[in-house]
Amino acid sequence: MIINSRFFNRSELIGFVALGLILFVILPLSLDVFRLNLVAKYLTYAFVAIGLVLCWGYGGILSLGQGVFFGLGGYCMAMFLKLEASSVENTKIQSTPGIPDFMDWNQITALPLFWQPFHSLTFTVLAIILVPGLFALIIGTAMFKRRVGGTYFAIITQAVAAILTILIVGQQGYTGGINGMTDLRTLKGWDIRPDHAKVVLYFFEVFLLFGCILIAQFIRLTKLGRILVAMREQEDRVRFSGYSVANFKIFAFCMAAIFAAIGGAMFALNVGFMSPSFVGIVPSIEMVIYTAVGGRTSIFGAVWGALLVNFAKTGLSESFPQLWLFGLGALFIAVVLAFPNGLSGIWADHVQSRIDRLVSSIKKKSGDWTSNSVADGAPAE
Amino acid sequence: MFGDYSIGDLGSIFVMQGFAGLILFSVYVLMALGLAIIFGQMGVINMAHGEFMILGAYVTWMTSNLFQSYLPGLFSGYFFLAMMLAFLASGALGMLVEWVLIRHLYKRPLDTLLATWGLSLILQQAYRSVFGAREVGVELPQWMLGSLKVTDSIEVPINGIFVMGLTVSITCAVAYVIYKSRWGRQVRAVVQNRIMAGAVGINTEKVDRYTYGLGCGIAGIAGSAFTMIGSTGPTSGQLYIVDTFLVVVFGGAASLLGTIASAFSISQTQSTLEFFMSGSMAKVLTLLAVVGILMLRPQGLFSLKVRK
Amino acid sequence: MSDEPNKGLRSPLRRKLLMGAAALPLVSILPRPSFGAGPATATVNTTGLAVTDTEVTVGILHSATGTMAISETGSIQAEKLAIEQINAAGGVLGRKIKFIQEDGASDWPTFAEKAKKLLVNDKVAAIMGCWTSASRKAVLPVVEQYNGMLYYPTFYEGLEQSKNVIYTGQEATQQILAGLNWIAKEKGAKSFFFIGSDYIWPRTSNKIARKHVENVLKGKVVGEEYYALGSTQFNSVINKIKLTKPDVIFTDVVGGSNVAFYKQLKAAGVDLSKQALLTISVTEDEIDGIGGENIAGAYACMKYFQSLDNANNKTFVPAFKKMWGEKTVIGDVTQAGYLGPWLWKLTCEKAGSFDVDKIAAASPGVEFKEAPEGYVRIHENHHLWSKTRVGRAKLDGQFELIFETADLIEPDPFPKGYQ
Repeated sequence: MIINSRFFNRSELIGFVALGLILFVILPLSLDVFRLNLVAKYLTYAFVAIGLVLCWGYGGILSLGQGVFFGLGGYCMAMFLKLEASSVENTKIQSTPGIPDFMDWNQITALPLFWQPFHSLTFTVLAIILVPGLFALIIGTAMFKRRVGGTYFAIITQAVAAILTILIVGQQGYTGGINGMTDLRTLKGWDIRPDHAKVVLYFFEVFLLFGCILIAQFIRLTKLGRILVAMREQEDRVRFSGYSVANFKIFAFCMAAIFAAIGGAMFALNVGFMSPSFVGIVPSIEMVIYTAVGGRTSIFGAVWGALLVNFAKTGLSESFPQLWLFGLGALFIAVVLAFPNGLSGIWADHVQSRIDRLVSSIKKKSGDWTSNSVADGAPAE
Repeated sequence: MFGDYSIGDLGSIFVMQGFAGLILFSVYVLMALGLAIIFGQMGVINMAHGEFMILGAYVTWMTSNLFQSYLPGLFSGYFFLAMMLAFLASGALGMLVEWVLIRHLYKRPLDTLLATWGLSLILQQAYRSVFGAREVGVELPQWMLGSLKVTDSIEVPINGIFVMGLTVSITCAVAYVIYKSRWGRQVRAVVQNRIMAGAVGINTEKVDRYTYGLGCGIAGIAGSAFTMIGSTGPTSGQLYIVDTFLVVVFGGAASLLGTIASAFSISQTQSTLEFFMSGSMAKVLTLLAVVGILMLRPQGLFSLKVRK
Repeated sequence: MSDEPNKGLRSPLRRKLLMGAAALPLVSILPRPSFGAGPATATVNTTGLAVTDTEVTVGILHSATGTMAISETGSIQAEKLAIEQINAAGGVLGRKIKFIQEDGASDWPTFAEKAKKLLVNDKVAAIMGCWTSASRKAVLPVVEQYNGMLYYPTFYEGLEQSKNVIYTGQEATQQILAGLNWIAKEKGAKSFFFIGSDYIWPRTSNKIARKHVENVLKGKVVGEEYYALGSTQFNSVINKIKLTKPDVIFTDVVGGSNVAFYKQLKAAGVDLSKQALLTISVTEDEIDGIGGENIAGAYACMKYFQSLDNANNKTFVPAFKKMWGEKTVIGDVTQAGYLGPWLWKLTCEKAGSFDVDKIAAASPGVEFKEAPEGYVRIHENHHLWSKTRVGRAKLDGQFELIFETADLIEPDPFPKGYQ
């Protein structure tokens, strides 16, 4: 059994089950397909947020360039879908049928070489994991081996996000430019647009999300996770103890990149669309705020943060479009000033303790080994 | 590509191109100076820097409108007053922000990044609510428009000269304040050792507040100057922020000389590349070069230690 | 945003609007119309749209926030004015138009999401919306999938045609070719320098312009440059322009970059009264930010200018200013936005139905004789027949009409020989 008392402590188990109940049962039953598809879109950011919990919350590495990896994953997926949508019969109106429409608009007459392998789904899935992973490996190695960290790393990742955006926009013949890749239709002949497909994709995504949660939880509980925390708190002592701090950081950063890429790929599938507006600086910072709102050290918190901020965004911008930016800005400031541990911190400080007291008054509990753990519990409804 | 042009033509173009690079250099220095003080001296990542600049630009716009309606006779000189007002307005807002927000976060530099990003969103929406979503055009006095004819084919824009002059004087003033004045010594003392500085009787909180105010005030002047060359809208500030940070980081934080050197190299690279290829590719290559060099030399051009 | 239009502005605004609307030749049903006298709901609405006996709901989908809010504000204002005027004139098929406004927030997927909400949740009969090509490309699959009707106001790059979209702006050939012909003839221009923002519309427009210059006008393109959206430094390209000395600078720079470009052009001593400059991206809205003194003398190629001297425009401009303030200016896209609700109303009345399929089928041939630009008619390809006009920018930020084509230009979104 995967979920045993060692893998999750009691409060985590409650969080896990509650999240599972809500995502698998309550939301699908209570929302129409349109709203469910929105939730699916929000959850793609939860992948990124979980990655950020690993690399920021545990590793102490703040990356402001997660949009880069989200985008790389999304573009890999979108390239596959776009190729499938650009069959010769679909595109016979073009001067060169059989290539994506935006290439035709830019006088490209043959499919570029780097697009060719994306005819294969296997290659695409590998690329979604490997391209961002390798990219993160290169950046991470270059930076962490030279002990660049903290604010410098944050600013450099931000610059990378800016570069990639300009590049995608500028090379529109190969990338679709600022319009992005739109009108994605089928996956291996299966139409991804109708309602029933949206429901299937939603469940598929939630499964993947739980997979990622379990992986993240696994990493957290191994020695690796402990070293990451130690590194965040006292980097030099970890180094002096003989550990290669850089390698652990690179690992955390790569994992975060891969999670983000999975989120991006799911985004392309669920939304049917990928564009450079998810790659740049602004979306990258928003992804950080999801994590911060959820609680930067809480894996479940990350999911809640992504969901709640996006719900608020949709809700507020539907009813008060002018107020939305004020609200978001105030949220940033409030999370930083008043609730540095986000929702999970509020939960742990105000709700968890009462539940614990209640429970312990009912039955005496044996020593709880994670009672001092940094990542405690998750907010539930 | 040069085959069709005469030597004289090419010569004057290279002179003008060099000048374009110098203007870009001045712009970068103006943008980065305030940030270099805040980031370099205080370690605060001020993502709202662009919004402080835009505040200066809006103040300039309002001043120009006031002069047009009430003091049309003095319109030719309004810009100097506008710059002072911009400095005061941005500086005052900066000090307020420091008091409300930043002072709680000195021990958490990455969190200042998030908080000031939130601040920048609020400021953007505030500008939009107050001044409207559309961009506003600042009318300049006649003498600042047009260009100076040096030879028949070499023309130098007057506002470019103005920006360059402004940059030089502000840089000198900042260098004097930081390195020569009593207050500057206090600032550096606080940066080097806050507790010791407090122990010898320096009011560190006050020093922090004024330093932050000074950085924001300079951003206001920069914004005021940019009304001559760019646009003023609620979100214009965001355009500058990445460039600005790269200039400061590339120069090596905590070093004014480094900031100037890095602004010079980045601007010259970009403006030279722009001449040979399309503007957006030039930008990509410049940024790539900067990031590449930073990976090899993370401490920046002119800094002793930045490791954390 | 608000389900009820103009809450709080109601009585004074309505009076003003009625005054403005009364001047419209079309409007004769005064005073305040009563709704509910139209044909039975079951006959005009067979597909479950949000139509009651007294009301019909449409969506307005533009960016009220974000970087594009600057440009899209005018379209929102124009569409609301048109809806007010239509309601004052008795509505559509006896029903009052109610609108639901959604904010695309300058973010393309948000546009798609909101379009879907409007179609699926709110069941709007039509959407007036989108501005950038990117937002339209994001919304297009949604309106096609859920069979909605989109009225898209911006001049754009062409290469698109959909049953579910009416393009009330010009496609690229409509906007560019006549202008190039005119400047080649008038100024004897042979060499052109293209400068644009780096995205699909400028690139496609310049491609069409290049083919026209090289193949038809037998001229030469001496430079073609693109700058990232939002760039504010143009000194290098201005030097290139000075080096190549083109007869005409042809620009499609957009947004804030425009301001920087024209200010720096002026500062570099390029005198637009001597150096011909033809832009397809600067309307009265943009001049507001650029400043008339920086762009005076430049030529713009559009289909509408606020200064147009015709009876329709003389009632439209005051009505617009009454609703949105004396200082507002009306650009080409704003006017095209105004056309959307009117064309939809006329089409509904022609089709006798709100059903999207019937509207799509009835659209070709619908003519709007009260259009501020003069007269427009919908083509079989769902674009508008309209004239091309060239105006010269004046110091006060308005354009002076210099040239207009004698006939309406046929829209040709897939131009042969230009691809």
